[in-house]
Amino acid sequence: MRQLFREALLSFRRAPLLSGLSVTTIAFSLFTVGLFLLVAINLRMALQGLEERVEIVAFVLRGTPPETITLASQDIAAFPEIQDVEYVTEEQALGRARKELVEFRDAYRDLSVNPLPASFEIRLKEGYRNAVSAERVAKRLEGFSFIEDIRYGRDWVERLDKLRNLAGIVGLVIGAAFAAVAVVIIGVTIRLTILQRAREISIMRLVGATNRFIRGPFLLEGAVKGLFGGLLSLVLCYAGFRLFRDSNLGTLGGLVFFRPDQMGMLVLFGVALGLFGSLVSVGRHLRNV
Amino acid sequence: MIRFHNVFKSFPNGALALKDVTFHVSKGEFVFLTGHSGAGKSTIMRLLFAEQRPTQGEVRVSGFAVSSIGTTEIPRLRRRLGVVFQDFRLLEDRTAAENVAFALEVTGARRDTIPARVMRVLTQVGLAAKARAHPRELSGGEQQRVAIARALVNDPAILLADEPTGNLDERATRGVFQLLREINAGGTVVVMATHDLDLVRQAPFRTIELRDGAVVYDSTEDQQPDEALP
Repeated sequence: MRQLFREALLSFRRAPLLSGLSVTTIAFSLFTVGLFLLVAINLRMALQGLEERVEIVAFVLRGTPPETITLASQDIAAFPEIQDVEYVTEEQALGRARKELVEFRDAYRDLSVNPLPASFEIRLKEGYRNAVSAERVAKRLEGFSFIEDIRYGRDWVERLDKLRNLAGIVGLVIGAAFAAVAVVIIGVTIRLTILQRAREISIMRLVGATNRFIRGPFLLEGAVKGLFGGLLSLVLCYAGFRLFRDSNLGTLGGLVFFRPDQMGMLVLFGVALGLFGSLVSVGRHLRNV
Repeated sequence: MIRFHNVFKSFPNGALALKDVTFHVSKGEFVFLTGHSGAGKSTIMRLLFAEQRPTQGEVRVSGFAVSSIGTTEIPRLRRRLGVVFQDFRLLEDRTAAENVAFALEVTGARRDTIPARVMRVLTQVGLAAKARAHPRELSGGEQQRVAIARALVNDPAILLADEPTGNLDERATRGVFQLLREINAGGTVVVMATHDLDLVRQAPFRTIELRDGAVVYDSTEDQQPDEALP
Protein backbone atom coordinates (compact mmCIF):
# COMPACT_ATOMS: atom_id res chain seq x y z
CA MET A 1 0.00 0.00 0.00
CA ARG A 2 2.82 2.37 0.90
CA GLN A 3 4.51 1.43 -2.36
CA LEU A 4 1.27 2.28 -4.15
CA PHE A 5 1.12 5.76 -2.64
CA ARG A 6 4.79 6.35 -3.25
CA GLU A 7 4.39 5.44 -6.91
CA ALA A 8 1.34 7.68 -7.28
CA LEU A 9 3.06 10.66 -5.67
CA LEU A 10 6.20 9.98 -7.67
CA SER A 11 4.24 10.49 -10.86
CA PHE A 12 3.38 13.99 -9.68
CA ARG A 13 7.05 14.70 -9.11
CA ARG A 14 8.08 13.16 -12.43
CA ALA A 15 5.64 15.16 -14.51
CA PRO A 16 4.55 18.19 -12.50
CA LEU A 17 3.36 20.12 -15.54
CA LEU A 18 1.24 17.30 -16.88
CA SER A 19 -0.19 16.54 -13.46
CA GLY A 20 -0.93 20.21 -12.88
CA LEU A 21 -2.70 20.36 -16.20
CA SER A 22 -4.89 17.39 -15.33
CA VAL A 23 -5.82 18.80 -11.95
CA THR A 24 -6.65 22.20 -13.44
CA THR A 25 -8.80 20.77 -16.20
CA ILE A 26 -10.71 18.61 -13.75
CA ALA A 27 -11.10 21.62 -11.50
CA PHE A 28 -12.48 23.78 -14.29
CA SER A 29 -14.81 21.08 -15.55
CA LEU A 30 -16.16 20.53 -12.06
CA PHE A 31 -16.24 24.29 -11.49
CA THR A 32 -18.62 24.65 -14.41
CA VAL A 33 -20.73 21.75 -13.21
CA GLY A 34 -20.61 23.20 -9.71
CA LEU A 35 -21.67 26.64 -10.82
CA PHE A 36 -24.58 25.15 -12.65
CA LEU A 37 -25.54 23.12 -9.63
CA LEU A 38 -25.43 26.28 -7.54
CA VAL A 39 -27.75 28.03 -9.97
CA ALA A 40 -30.05 25.00 -9.94
CA ILE A 41 -30.04 24.80 -6.15
CA ASN A 42 -30.81 28.49 -5.77
CA LEU A 43 -33.43 28.39 -8.49
CA ARG A 44 -35.04 25.49 -6.75
CA MET A 45 -35.06 27.37 -3.47
CA ALA A 46 -36.62 30.39 -5.13
CA LEU A 47 -39.23 28.24 -6.84
CA GLN A 48 -40.09 26.55 -3.57
CA GLY A 49 -40.78 29.98 -2.12
CA LEU A 50 -43.07 30.76 -5.02
CA GLU A 51 -44.74 27.39 -4.93
CA GLU A 52 -45.82 27.87 -1.35
CA ARG A 53 -47.89 30.72 -2.56
CA VAL A 54 -49.73 28.68 -5.16
CA GLU A 55 -53.30 28.73 -4.00
CA ILE A 56 -56.70 28.26 -5.46
CA VAL A 57 -59.44 30.78 -4.87
CA ALA A 58 -63.03 29.62 -5.36
CA PHE A 59 -65.66 32.36 -5.28
CA VAL A 60 -68.96 31.54 -3.67
CA LEU A 61 -72.39 32.59 -5.02
CA ARG A 62 -74.06 35.27 -3.00
CA GLY A 63 -76.73 33.93 -0.68
CA THR A 64 -75.29 30.44 -0.16
CA PRO A 65 -76.50 29.22 3.25
CA PRO A 66 -73.89 28.98 6.01
CA GLU A 67 -74.58 25.26 6.62
CA THR A 68 -73.70 24.52 3.01
CA ILE A 69 -70.53 26.52 3.41
CA THR A 70 -69.54 24.57 6.52
CA LEU A 71 -70.21 21.20 4.87
CA ALA A 72 -68.38 22.19 1.70
CA SER A 73 -65.49 23.43 3.76
CA GLN A 74 -65.14 20.00 5.37
CA ASP A 75 -65.47 18.25 1.99
CA ILE A 76 -62.74 20.35 0.42
CA ALA A 77 -60.39 19.91 3.37
CA ALA A 78 -60.73 16.13 2.86
CA PHE A 79 -59.26 16.28 -0.67
CA PRO A 80 -55.88 14.54 -0.64
CA GLU A 81 -54.12 17.52 -2.25
CA ILE A 82 -55.27 20.11 0.23
CA GLN A 83 -53.14 21.56 2.98
CA ASP A 84 -55.75 23.96 4.37
CA VAL A 85 -58.95 25.74 3.42
CA GLU A 86 -59.98 29.12 4.67
CA TYR A 87 -63.41 30.58 4.18
CA VAL A 88 -63.32 34.32 3.64
CA THR A 89 -66.69 35.99 4.18
CA GLU A 90 -67.86 38.98 2.17
CA GLU A 91 -67.16 41.27 5.11
CA GLN A 92 -63.67 39.88 5.62
CA ALA A 93 -62.97 40.35 1.93
CA LEU A 94 -64.05 43.97 2.17
CA GLY A 95 -62.01 44.52 5.30
CA ARG A 96 -58.91 43.09 3.59
CA ALA A 97 -59.50 45.22 0.53
CA ARG A 98 -59.73 48.32 2.64
CA LYS A 99 -56.54 47.47 4.42
CA GLU A 100 -54.48 46.33 1.45
CA LEU A 101 -55.73 48.66 -1.27
CA VAL A 102 -55.11 51.97 0.45
CA GLU A 103 -55.77 53.93 -2.74
CA PHE A 104 -59.37 52.71 -2.89
CA ARG A 105 -60.09 53.12 0.83
CA ASP A 106 -62.46 56.00 0.22
CA ALA A 107 -64.26 54.25 -2.56
CA TYR A 108 -64.83 51.18 -0.38
CA ARG A 109 -66.01 53.28 2.58
CA ASP A 110 -68.77 54.92 0.62
CA LEU A 111 -70.19 51.66 -0.70
CA SER A 112 -73.71 50.86 0.37
CA VAL A 113 -73.52 47.31 -0.92
CA ASN A 114 -70.49 45.06 -0.55
CA PRO A 115 -69.45 44.13 -4.12
CA LEU A 116 -66.93 41.51 -3.04
CA PRO A 117 -67.97 37.84 -3.00
CA ALA A 118 -67.11 35.37 -0.30
CA SER A 119 -64.51 32.77 -1.22
CA PHE A 120 -62.62 29.64 -0.24
CA GLU A 121 -58.86 30.12 -0.19
CA ILE A 122 -57.25 26.77 -0.69
CA ARG A 123 -53.58 25.95 -0.24
CA LEU A 124 -52.12 22.80 -1.72
CA LYS A 125 -49.87 20.34 0.05
CA GLU A 126 -46.20 20.16 -0.88
CA GLY A 127 -45.75 17.88 -3.86
CA TYR A 128 -49.15 18.94 -5.26
CA ARG A 129 -48.13 22.50 -6.02
CA ASN A 130 -48.14 22.05 -9.77
CA ALA A 131 -50.41 22.72 -12.70
CA VAL A 132 -51.85 19.23 -12.95
CA SER A 133 -52.89 19.02 -9.30
CA ALA A 134 -54.28 22.54 -9.27
CA GLU A 135 -56.39 21.79 -12.31
CA ARG A 136 -57.65 18.53 -10.83
CA VAL A 137 -58.73 20.30 -7.66
CA ALA A 138 -60.35 23.07 -9.70
CA LYS A 139 -62.35 20.51 -11.72
CA ARG A 140 -63.67 18.98 -8.53
CA LEU A 141 -64.60 22.39 -7.14
CA GLU A 142 -66.59 23.15 -10.28
CA GLY A 143 -68.84 20.29 -9.23
CA PHE A 144 -70.17 22.40 -6.33
CA SER A 145 -73.20 24.30 -7.61
CA PHE A 146 -72.58 27.33 -5.37
CA ILE A 147 -69.07 27.93 -6.71
CA GLU A 148 -69.23 30.81 -9.11
CA ASP A 149 -65.68 31.08 -10.35
CA ILE A 150 -62.30 29.52 -9.73
CA ARG A 151 -58.92 31.19 -10.06
CA TYR A 152 -55.65 29.49 -9.63
CA GLY A 153 -53.20 31.36 -11.83
CA ARG A 154 -53.10 28.45 -14.21
CA ASP A 155 -50.65 29.90 -16.73
CA TRP A 156 -48.38 30.98 -13.97
CA VAL A 157 -48.31 27.56 -12.33
CA GLU A 158 -47.67 25.90 -15.67
CA ARG A 159 -44.85 28.26 -16.51
CA LEU A 160 -43.27 27.61 -13.15
CA ASP A 161 -43.41 23.89 -13.84
CA LYS A 162 -41.82 24.27 -17.25
CA LEU A 163 -39.06 26.48 -15.92
CA ARG A 164 -38.11 24.00 -13.28
CA ASN A 165 -38.11 21.08 -15.72
CA LEU A 166 -36.02 23.07 -18.13
CA ALA A 167 -33.55 23.93 -15.40
CA GLY A 168 -33.26 20.25 -14.53
CA ILE A 169 -32.74 19.14 -18.13
CA VAL A 170 -30.22 21.84 -18.98
CA GLY A 171 -28.37 21.00 -15.79
CA LEU A 172 -28.20 17.34 -16.66
CA VAL A 173 -27.04 17.94 -20.23
CA ILE A 174 -24.38 20.50 -19.39
CA GLY A 175 -23.22 18.49 -16.41
CA ALA A 176 -22.93 15.31 -18.45
CA ALA A 177 -21.08 17.10 -21.25
CA PHE A 178 -18.54 18.56 -18.87
CA ALA A 179 -18.15 15.30 -17.02
CA ALA A 180 -17.41 13.61 -20.34
CA VAL A 181 -14.82 16.26 -21.18
CA ALA A 182 -13.20 15.78 -17.78
CA VAL A 183 -13.04 12.02 -18.28
CA VAL A 184 -11.44 12.42 -21.70
CA ILE A 185 -8.88 14.90 -20.43
CA ILE A 186 -7.94 12.71 -17.48
CA GLY A 187 -7.75 9.73 -19.80
CA VAL A 188 -5.40 11.59 -22.12
CA THR A 189 -3.14 12.89 -19.35
CA ILE A 190 -2.93 9.47 -17.73
CA ARG A 191 -2.20 8.01 -21.14
CA LEU A 192 0.67 10.46 -21.58
CA THR A 193 2.03 9.39 -18.21
CA ILE A 194 1.68 5.77 -19.24
CA LEU A 195 3.52 6.35 -22.50
CA GLN A 196 6.21 8.18 -20.58
CA ARG A 197 6.56 5.11 -18.39
CA ALA A 198 5.97 2.48 -21.06
CA ARG A 199 9.43 1.03 -20.54
CA GLU A 200 8.90 0.67 -16.83
CA ILE A 201 5.55 -0.98 -17.38
CA SER A 202 6.97 -3.44 -19.88
CA ILE A 203 9.67 -4.41 -17.39
CA MET A 204 7.10 -4.75 -14.64
CA ARG A 205 5.13 -7.14 -16.80
CA LEU A 206 8.25 -9.03 -17.73
CA VAL A 207 9.30 -9.72 -14.16
CA GLY A 208 5.82 -10.87 -13.25
CA ALA A 209 4.02 -7.89 -11.74
CA THR A 210 0.26 -8.46 -11.82
CA ASN A 211 -1.94 -6.23 -13.93
CA ARG A 212 -3.62 -5.11 -10.74
CA PHE A 213 -0.29 -4.04 -9.31
CA ILE A 214 0.60 -2.14 -12.48
CA ARG A 215 -2.80 -0.51 -12.63
CA GLY A 216 -2.83 0.47 -8.96
CA PRO A 217 -0.57 3.53 -9.07
CA PHE A 218 -2.25 4.87 -12.21
CA LEU A 219 -5.72 4.49 -10.75
CA LEU A 220 -4.55 6.10 -7.54
CA GLU A 221 -2.95 8.86 -9.57
CA GLY A 222 -6.23 9.44 -11.38
CA ALA A 223 -8.16 9.40 -8.12
CA VAL A 224 -5.73 11.81 -6.44
CA LYS A 225 -5.90 14.16 -9.42
CA GLY A 226 -9.69 13.94 -9.26
CA LEU A 227 -9.56 14.70 -5.54
CA PHE A 228 -7.34 17.75 -6.00
CA GLY A 229 -9.42 18.88 -8.96
CA GLY A 230 -12.59 18.49 -6.93
CA LEU A 231 -11.21 20.48 -4.01
CA LEU A 232 -9.93 23.20 -6.31
CA SER A 233 -13.30 23.40 -8.03
CA LEU A 234 -14.97 23.93 -4.64
CA VAL A 235 -12.64 26.83 -3.98
CA LEU A 236 -13.42 28.27 -7.41
CA CYS A 237 -17.15 27.77 -6.91
CA TYR A 238 -17.02 29.52 -3.56
CA ALA A 239 -15.06 32.40 -5.04
CA GLY A 240 -17.60 32.67 -7.85
CA PHE A 241 -20.45 32.48 -5.39
CA ARG A 242 -19.00 35.25 -3.19
CA LEU A 243 -18.31 37.41 -6.21
CA PHE A 244 -21.87 37.03 -7.44
CA ARG A 245 -23.45 37.52 -4.04
CA ASP A 246 -21.39 40.60 -3.22
CA SER A 247 -21.92 42.22 -6.59
CA ASN A 248 -25.04 44.18 -7.50
CA LEU A 249 -26.41 41.15 -9.27
CA GLY A 250 -26.73 39.48 -5.94
CA THR A 251 -29.40 41.76 -4.54
CA LEU A 252 -31.71 38.77 -4.85
CA GLY A 253 -30.83 37.84 -1.30
CA GLY A 254 -31.13 34.47 0.39
CA LEU A 255 -28.57 32.85 -1.90
CA VAL A 256 -27.17 29.61 -0.57
CA PHE A 257 -23.90 27.72 -1.13
CA PHE A 258 -23.52 23.93 -1.13
CA ARG A 259 -24.28 22.03 2.03
CA PRO A 260 -21.32 19.98 3.35
CA ASP A 261 -22.75 16.77 1.93
CA GLN A 262 -23.17 18.42 -1.47
CA MET A 263 -19.55 19.59 -1.34
CA GLY A 264 -18.53 16.03 -0.50
CA MET A 265 -20.51 14.77 -3.47
CA LEU A 266 -18.79 17.21 -5.83
CA VAL A 267 -15.33 16.14 -4.63
CA LEU A 268 -16.35 12.50 -4.76
CA PHE A 269 -17.55 13.08 -8.30
CA GLY A 270 -14.10 14.44 -9.14
CA VAL A 271 -12.48 11.33 -7.67
CA ALA A 272 -14.86 9.13 -9.65
CA LEU A 273 -14.05 11.03 -12.86
CA GLY A 274 -10.32 10.65 -12.20
CA LEU A 275 -10.67 6.95 -11.50
CA PHE A 276 -12.83 6.36 -14.54
CA GLY A 277 -10.52 8.30 -16.87
CA SER A 278 -7.44 6.42 -15.73
CA LEU A 279 -9.25 3.07 -15.75
CA VAL A 280 -10.19 3.51 -19.40
CA SER A 281 -6.68 4.63 -20.29
CA VAL A 282 -4.80 1.96 -18.35
CA GLY A 283 -7.15 -0.80 -19.40
CA ARG A 284 -6.59 0.00 -23.04
CA HIS A 285 -2.82 0.16 -22.64
CA LEU A 286 -2.54 -3.12 -20.74
CA ARG A 287 -4.59 -4.88 -23.36
CA ASN A 288 -2.35 -3.59 -26.13
CA VAL A 289 0.97 -4.57 -24.56
CA MET B 1 10.69 -27.96 -17.71
CA ILE B 2 9.85 -26.88 -21.23
CA ARG B 3 7.79 -28.77 -23.73
CA PHE B 4 6.97 -27.66 -27.28
CA HIS B 5 4.74 -30.09 -29.09
CA ASN B 6 3.73 -29.56 -32.73
CA VAL B 7 3.68 -25.82 -32.23
CA PHE B 8 2.53 -23.50 -35.01
CA LYS B 9 2.48 -19.75 -34.73
CA SER B 10 1.03 -17.54 -37.40
CA PHE B 11 0.44 -13.81 -37.32
CA PRO B 12 -2.69 -11.92 -38.29
CA ASN B 13 -1.11 -11.03 -41.63
CA GLY B 14 -0.86 -14.75 -42.42
CA ALA B 15 2.92 -15.06 -42.00
CA LEU B 16 3.92 -18.35 -40.42
CA ALA B 17 6.54 -17.77 -37.71
CA LEU B 18 6.75 -21.33 -36.41
CA LYS B 19 6.02 -24.55 -38.27
CA ASP B 20 5.44 -27.72 -36.31
CA VAL B 21 8.11 -27.10 -33.68
CA THR B 22 8.66 -29.89 -31.18
CA PHE B 23 11.35 -30.11 -28.49
CA HIS B 24 11.68 -30.75 -24.79
CA VAL B 25 14.07 -29.23 -22.30
CA SER B 26 14.79 -31.10 -19.07
CA LYS B 27 15.94 -29.88 -15.67
CA GLY B 28 19.43 -28.49 -15.56
CA GLU B 29 19.88 -28.17 -19.32
CA PHE B 30 21.63 -25.38 -21.20
CA VAL B 31 20.15 -24.97 -24.66
CA PHE B 32 21.20 -22.77 -27.56
CA LEU B 33 18.56 -21.64 -30.01
CA THR B 34 20.31 -20.70 -33.23
CA GLY B 35 19.30 -19.55 -36.66
CA HIS B 36 19.28 -16.46 -38.81
CA SER B 37 17.22 -13.49 -37.82
CA GLY B 38 13.61 -14.20 -38.63
CA ALA B 39 14.12 -17.94 -38.17
CA GLY B 40 11.76 -17.98 -35.19
CA LYS B 41 14.11 -17.75 -32.18
CA SER B 42 12.44 -14.70 -30.71
CA THR B 43 8.99 -16.11 -31.35
CA ILE B 44 9.93 -19.18 -29.31
CA MET B 45 11.19 -16.88 -26.56
CA ARG B 46 7.95 -14.90 -26.59
CA LEU B 47 5.93 -18.09 -26.35
CA LEU B 48 8.11 -19.20 -23.45
CA PHE B 49 7.32 -16.16 -21.35
CA ALA B 50 3.73 -16.08 -22.53
CA GLU B 51 3.86 -12.79 -24.33
CA GLN B 52 2.26 -14.65 -27.19
CA ARG B 53 0.26 -17.83 -27.43
CA PRO B 54 0.72 -20.59 -29.98
CA THR B 55 -1.76 -20.69 -32.85
CA GLN B 56 -1.73 -24.46 -32.64
CA GLY B 57 0.07 -27.09 -30.59
CA GLU B 58 1.15 -27.30 -26.98
CA VAL B 59 3.61 -25.12 -25.07
CA ARG B 60 4.28 -26.00 -21.44
CA VAL B 61 6.70 -24.03 -19.31
CA SER B 62 7.46 -24.96 -15.72
CA GLY B 63 4.05 -26.56 -15.32
CA PHE B 64 2.06 -23.80 -17.03
CA ALA B 65 0.20 -24.47 -20.28
CA VAL B 66 0.97 -21.32 -22.27
CA SER B 67 -1.53 -22.40 -24.94
CA SER B 68 -4.41 -21.83 -22.55
CA ILE B 69 -2.90 -19.67 -19.82
CA GLY B 70 -5.21 -17.10 -18.18
CA THR B 71 -4.24 -13.46 -17.77
CA THR B 72 -3.99 -13.79 -14.02
CA GLU B 73 -1.66 -16.77 -14.34
CA ILE B 74 0.85 -15.06 -16.62
CA PRO B 75 2.52 -13.09 -13.78
CA ARG B 76 2.84 -16.32 -11.78
CA LEU B 77 4.60 -18.00 -14.71
CA ARG B 78 6.90 -15.02 -15.23
CA ARG B 79 8.00 -15.05 -11.61
CA ARG B 80 9.45 -18.47 -12.25
CA LEU B 81 11.36 -17.18 -15.26
CA GLY B 82 14.17 -14.73 -15.70
CA VAL B 83 14.33 -12.93 -19.04
CA VAL B 84 17.31 -11.10 -20.51
CA PHE B 85 17.39 -9.19 -23.77
CA GLN B 86 19.96 -7.88 -26.19
CA ASP B 87 19.12 -4.28 -25.26
CA PHE B 88 19.31 -4.88 -21.46
CA ARG B 89 16.05 -3.01 -20.79
CA LEU B 90 17.25 -1.20 -17.69
CA LEU B 91 15.64 1.90 -16.19
CA GLU B 92 18.04 4.76 -16.83
CA ASP B 93 16.95 6.84 -13.86
CA ARG B 94 17.71 4.11 -11.33
CA THR B 95 20.94 2.66 -10.03
CA ALA B 96 22.02 -0.90 -10.67
CA ALA B 97 20.77 -1.93 -7.24
CA GLU B 98 17.46 -0.12 -7.76
CA ASN B 99 16.99 -1.79 -11.12
CA VAL B 100 17.42 -5.17 -9.49
CA ALA B 101 15.28 -4.23 -6.50
CA PHE B 102 12.54 -3.12 -8.89
CA ALA B 103 11.85 -6.73 -9.86
CA LEU B 104 11.28 -7.57 -6.20
CA GLU B 105 9.27 -4.47 -5.36
CA VAL B 106 6.76 -4.95 -8.14
CA THR B 107 6.21 -8.60 -7.36
CA GLY B 108 5.36 -7.90 -3.75
CA ALA B 109 8.52 -9.10 -2.01
CA ARG B 110 8.87 -8.18 1.66
CA ARG B 111 10.67 -4.86 1.76
CA ASP B 112 13.07 -5.75 4.55
CA THR B 113 14.39 -8.71 2.56
CA ILE B 114 15.08 -6.70 -0.60
CA PRO B 115 18.51 -5.12 0.09
CA ALA B 116 20.11 -8.42 1.07
CA ARG B 117 18.68 -10.25 -1.91
CA VAL B 118 19.78 -7.50 -4.28
CA MET B 119 23.33 -7.53 -2.93
CA ARG B 120 23.45 -11.31 -3.17
CA VAL B 121 22.70 -11.36 -6.91
CA LEU B 122 24.85 -8.32 -7.63
CA THR B 123 27.71 -10.16 -5.96
CA GLN B 124 26.89 -13.23 -7.98
CA VAL B 125 27.21 -11.31 -11.25
CA GLY B 126 30.34 -9.53 -10.01
CA LEU B 127 28.90 -6.05 -9.72
CA ALA B 128 28.62 -5.54 -5.98
CA ALA B 129 31.08 -2.66 -6.21
CA LYS B 130 28.91 -0.85 -8.76
CA ALA B 131 25.57 -1.19 -7.04
CA ARG B 132 25.11 2.58 -6.95
CA ALA B 133 26.11 3.24 -10.54
CA HIS B 134 23.49 4.28 -13.06
CA PRO B 135 23.26 2.33 -16.33
CA ARG B 136 24.94 5.13 -18.31
CA GLU B 137 27.98 4.82 -16.06
CA LEU B 138 28.34 1.12 -16.84
CA SER B 139 29.81 -0.67 -19.84
CA GLY B 140 27.59 -2.81 -22.06
CA GLY B 141 28.79 -5.98 -20.41
CA GLU B 142 28.12 -4.55 -16.97
CA GLN B 143 24.67 -3.41 -17.97
CA GLN B 144 23.88 -6.90 -19.18
CA ARG B 145 25.11 -8.26 -15.85
CA VAL B 146 22.69 -5.95 -14.06
CA ALA B 147 19.91 -7.25 -16.31
CA ILE B 148 20.95 -10.81 -15.49
CA ALA B 149 21.00 -9.99 -11.79
CA ARG B 150 17.47 -8.63 -12.13
CA ALA B 151 16.43 -11.82 -13.92
CA LEU B 152 17.96 -13.94 -11.16
CA VAL B 153 16.74 -12.09 -8.11
CA ASN B 154 13.42 -13.97 -8.00
CA ASP B 155 15.28 -17.31 -8.10
CA PRO B 156 13.86 -18.43 -11.42
CA ALA B 157 13.72 -22.04 -12.52
CA ILE B 158 14.43 -21.00 -16.11
CA LEU B 159 16.56 -18.18 -17.48
CA LEU B 160 15.64 -17.02 -21.00
CA ALA B 161 18.32 -15.01 -22.76
CA ASP B 162 17.40 -13.53 -26.15
CA GLU B 163 20.66 -12.59 -27.90
CA PRO B 164 22.20 -11.51 -24.59
CA THR B 165 25.60 -10.87 -26.17
CA GLY B 166 24.31 -9.26 -29.35
CA ASN B 167 25.43 -5.78 -28.32
CA LEU B 168 28.68 -6.75 -26.59
CA ASP B 169 32.30 -6.92 -27.66
CA GLU B 170 34.17 -10.20 -27.55
CA ARG B 171 35.53 -9.84 -24.06
CA ALA B 172 32.21 -8.82 -22.54
CA THR B 173 30.54 -11.63 -24.48
CA ARG B 174 32.87 -14.19 -22.94
CA GLY B 175 32.22 -12.76 -19.48
CA VAL B 176 28.44 -12.80 -19.83
CA PHE B 177 28.47 -16.28 -21.33
CA GLN B 178 30.65 -17.53 -18.49
CA LEU B 179 28.16 -16.05 -16.05
CA LEU B 180 25.29 -17.86 -17.76
CA ARG B 181 27.23 -21.13 -17.55
CA GLU B 182 27.74 -20.60 -13.83
CA ILE B 183 24.05 -19.90 -13.37
CA ASN B 184 23.28 -23.10 -15.26
CA ALA B 185 25.75 -25.00 -13.13
CA GLY B 186 23.71 -23.88 -10.14
CA GLY B 187 20.75 -25.84 -11.53
CA THR B 188 18.86 -23.15 -13.46
CA VAL B 189 17.71 -24.09 -16.96
CA VAL B 190 19.18 -21.62 -19.46
CA VAL B 191 17.72 -21.10 -22.92
CA MET B 192 19.89 -18.76 -24.96
CA ALA B 193 18.94 -17.54 -28.40
CA THR B 194 22.00 -16.46 -30.35
CA HIS B 195 23.47 -16.30 -33.81
CA ASP B 196 27.02 -16.19 -32.46
CA LEU B 197 28.23 -19.54 -33.82
CA ASP B 198 31.70 -19.18 -32.30
CA LEU B 199 30.09 -19.12 -28.90
CA VAL B 200 27.97 -22.15 -29.73
CA ARG B 201 30.92 -24.13 -31.02
CA GLN B 202 33.13 -23.61 -27.99
CA ALA B 203 30.50 -24.86 -25.54
CA PRO B 204 29.40 -28.43 -25.11
CA PHE B 205 25.71 -27.61 -24.90
CA ARG B 206 22.65 -28.75 -26.73
CA THR B 207 21.87 -26.75 -29.85
CA ILE B 208 18.51 -26.38 -31.57
CA GLU B 209 18.73 -24.75 -34.97
CA LEU B 210 15.79 -23.09 -36.61
CA ARG B 211 15.24 -22.12 -40.20
CA ASP B 212 12.10 -20.42 -41.54
CA GLY B 213 10.23 -21.30 -38.36
CA ALA B 214 11.07 -25.00 -38.34
CA VAL B 215 13.56 -27.00 -36.29
CA VAL B 216 16.21 -28.24 -38.73
CA TYR B 217 18.68 -29.56 -36.20
CA ASP B 218 18.63 -30.67 -32.58
CA SER B 219 21.96 -31.92 -31.26
CA THR B 220 20.34 -34.31 -28.78
CA GLU B 221 18.71 -36.20 -31.61
CA ASP B 222 22.08 -37.47 -32.75
CA GLN B 223 21.83 -35.90 -36.15
CA GLN B 224 24.72 -34.48 -38.06
CA PRO B 225 24.81 -30.73 -37.93
CA ASP B 226 23.43 -28.91 -40.92
CA GLU B 227 25.60 -26.88 -43.21
CA ALA B 228 24.89 -23.90 -41.00
CA LEU B 229 26.94 -25.63 -38.33
CA PRO B 230 29.84 -27.28 -40.13
